[in-house]
Amino acid sequence: MCGSWCFMQIKVNEQNYTAGADETVGAVRDRIKNDADLLIINGFPAAADTLLQNGDHVVLIRRGEIPEAGELDALLTARHTPGVHERVKQATIGIAGVGGLGSAIAIALARTGIGHLIIADFDIVEPSNLNRQQYFIDQIGLPKVYALRDTLVRINPHVRLTACHLRLTTANITEIFGHAQILVEAFDLAEQKVMLVETFAARFPDRPIITGSGMAGYGPANSVQTQRVANNLYLCGDGTTAAAPGTGLMAPRVGVAAHHQANAVLRLLLGHDPVIDKA
Amino acid sequence: MDIIFNGKTRTLPKGISIQELLDQLRLDCMQVVVEHNNNIVPRQRLAETSLHNGDTLEVIHFVGGG
Repeated sequence: MCGSWCFMQIKVNEQNYTAGADETVGAVRDRIKNDADLLIINGFPAAADTLLQNGDHVVLIRRGEIPEAGELDALLTARHTPGVHERVKQATIGIAGVGGLGSAIAIALARTGIGHLIIADFDIVEPSNLNRQQYFIDQIGLPKVYALRDTLVRINPHVRLTACHLRLTTANITEIFGHAQILVEAFDLAEQKVMLVETFAARFPDRPIITGSGMAGYGPANSVQTQRVANNLYLCGDGTTAAAPGTGLMAPRVGVAAHHQANAVLRLLLGHDPVIDKA
Repeated sequence: MDIIFNGKTRTLPKGISIQELLDQLRLDCMQVVVEHNNNIVPRQRLAETSLHNGDTLEVIHFVGGG
């Protein structure tokens, strides 16, 4: 007779599943989804003869197949580090400005499966934005927040989106971002960056703000850093290279800074210091 | 009196306001965030906020681009 020791509990496409001891991922695939050609265990692709362990998270994917809505959420996050998705999908993050920084940050966070993104910007998509901002030629003339919302829905329909087409001011920032547990500053002008930080921090001093400052030009990517510059204030960038005549803004370095900001958000949500890996 | 300014000790005249210090350093208050003893100070309060011996002040300068 077989006791409980010869079964194990695993998750397959986020559903609980009881597998036999010494079963391979290939054997489970053959039983549940025999046309799957991509087998992922705990966020990493695995060979069919890999033995499963109790508690494993298994995702079975058939390449090229568009999954049903119920399964999609699990499949989208199959390559996440286990445990990340459950935590980030509870989160509400505000992004102030969706130009070069904000559009890239929103896409990174939507791909990560953040539960709710609040995006706000007054601007419309122009041809000169396309050298670094995550928009398309057929979106020229649209308000950026609506163009970005369309893109984010195509990437991950499980993210709740609040898109605000307006100019952020001292009068509306705390209301628009009232539910944001972390605020991402992604404005263009230094004065606007300062206004946003002062306004949000005055009302919500305990909530982190992730700012961007110094990402113009094509200086070394490694000079872009994440720093903690005040109690609840983080700065991503080189801190000095302003957009100015002779120094433009381009996709590579703006993208480096944007992804510093997005990673700082992710680390905070997972309980890690954005700057230092504390043992 | 001595304060900690951006991590370093700095000797200042007694009773100086944050705005006066920014003016001395030629820092534009529109482009800096000021944290005084762990609280961010809105720019309209910079002139009325005096510094005291032992205070901590962080002045973060922002540049444009995004």
